[in-house]
Amino acid sequence: MTFQITQTDLQTILPELILFGMGMLVLVVELFRRPGASTLPQALVALLGISASGYGAYLQLGLDLKGFSGEVIADDYAAVFKMVFAATAFLTVLISTRYLADRKMDFGEYYALLLFAVGGMMVMASALDLLMVFVGLEILSISSYILCGMLRHDVKSNESAMKYFLLGAFATGFLLYGMAMIYGATGTIHIREIGMALTNPDTFANPLVWFGMALLLVGFGFKLSIVPFHMWTPDVYEGAPTAVTAFLSAGPKAAGFAALIRLLVEALGAMRGEWSQVLWVLAALTMTLGNVVAIQQNNIKRMLAYSSIAHAGYILAALVVSTSEGLGAVVFYTLAYTLMNMGIFAVLILASGPDKERVTFDDFKGFGYVSPAVGLATLVFVLSLIGIPLTGGFVGKFQIFKAVVEQGYIWLAVIGVVNSVVSVYYYLRILVVFYMTPPQGEPAPKPVFHPGLAAAILVSAVGVLYLGILPSAWLELSSRSVSVLLAGF
Amino acid sequence: MIPLGHILILSGLLFSIGVAGVILRRNAIVVFLNIELMLNGVNLAFIGFATRMDSMVGVIFVFFVLVVAAAEAVVGLAIMLEIFRNKETLSVDEINLLKW
Repeated sequence: MTFQITQTDLQTILPELILFGMGMLVLVVELFRRPGASTLPQALVALLGISASGYGAYLQLGLDLKGFSGEVIADDYAAVFKMVFAATAFLTVLISTRYLADRKMDFGEYYALLLFAVGGMMVMASALDLLMVFVGLEILSISSYILCGMLRHDVKSNESAMKYFLLGAFATGFLLYGMAMIYGATGTIHIREIGMALTNPDTFANPLVWFGMALLLVGFGFKLSIVPFHMWTPDVYEGAPTAVTAFLSAGPKAAGFAALIRLLVEALGAMRGEWSQVLWVLAALTMTLGNVVAIQQNNIKRMLAYSSIAHAGYILAALVVSTSEGLGAVVFYTLAYTLMNMGIFAVLILASGPDKERVTFDDFKGFGYVSPAVGLATLVFVLSLIGIPLTGGFVGKFQIFKAVVEQGYIWLAVIGVVNSVVSVYYYLRILVVFYMTPPQGEPAPKPVFHPGLAAAILVSAVGVLYLGILPSAWLELSSRSVSVLLAGF
Repeated sequence: MIPLGHILILSGLLFSIGVAGVILRRNAIVVFLNIELMLNGVNLAFIGFATRMDSMVGVIFVFFVLVVAAAEAVVGLAIMLEIFRNKETLSVDEINLLKW
């Protein structure tokens, strides 16, 4: 048997190829860095690679190509997610440069690992095969374990890396066992062939399939930090370097949802009635626990970790209905959440300096007056996280709950809206600290201007407002992208 | 030929022992060894199914699992080495700076 790589194959994985190639290039550039010199060239190479890859994903819009004997696919759904991932990575690089220098972890490998991680995310979005889902997930996970532990001499960073690693590997075990069961029952690992095999009543009744589905949900539950598999999330997010936390809370989650949606809809679509009931309970639990526990946090990083759990719950609620409106809302919300989350982390990093990291509420007393522009941007992000109209967060939440109500899940929508109200309390606390609490002792110093951070904050704020005021273009793209998935129904 | 049921029972046992070990043991390296045990249970299940169905897919999957597990071990052991340098312990009970 001959094995040939055709042009179609390469075209299908073009964005991934660019990222992995540029990641290697970053490592080569790093070889020529003098000790103590800045890693700005590496960051620029990374930015170039990410932009090229995002453009590559843009070019894939409207295609329907399958590469490598149907292992990977380039359709609208994959392309849209790849563009979101490229945006996440771009913002991460922008907020990382000064942070790395401040924390004395100015290694070029950071950017290479970031590019590899995003490459893994893209593989997950375009995977049409359980094996590819697994490989993409592991490229992403292994890179992010290292990123969490980048602050080698900081015990918290070590601890965060170890917890992420042990829990991540544990989750991988469950995921793989689930894949093995599904393979055993259907005889294939190709996502669409699994979906076909499950239309056969004998296969459908096979207990192995059900066992496999349960294990898959547990594995993804860990990766997406869905209650009751969320315990690692706050610890990992608090201990990891802030720039990495920003990436972790937006990127891997979006990638996990991208793969999970394709799996549930295209492979396990026949069992929709069953998994939507399970997800109903998980969504309600995840939203509630995330929001309630976030209230009592004093560390903003940890509070945002719980808030990211809550937002995963909102996205799960849309997955319960899995109509084209619901899934379109997921895609929309992913971008909106990425922008507002990255923005708020950029503010945290901007306020920190070489002397100390500012991450608790007390550090930010009166900060809104110290730096009015940053305060204004924070206002936008906080309002969007709450879901106030004219922001991307509102449109996303509105779309999700609209889809949920349309399918008759009134109680789920009620739980979601009540949760949004609860979340107002801890998000507004940021603004209260910013504007209404006089600083005790020494006030926070005026943040030093940095072009990367300023650009990141500006882009996120403008993006959040754009998605809130003129959402139609992105909404249309999101619902078009998921219609490819639902065509089979 | 060994019946598929036997293979699956053994694979299930390996997996369960691994899960129990991850939950009960306190040393990070032993926890990691138990995760490897879980992965071996997975591999056995894949090979069992592949042999019965006479398909290569399961066998190839096992190769990928092996390679990824090796890559994971490299990173994991490096992380643990770094923790041991800073804290002189690998007990997951004593690695407890981060808590709610």
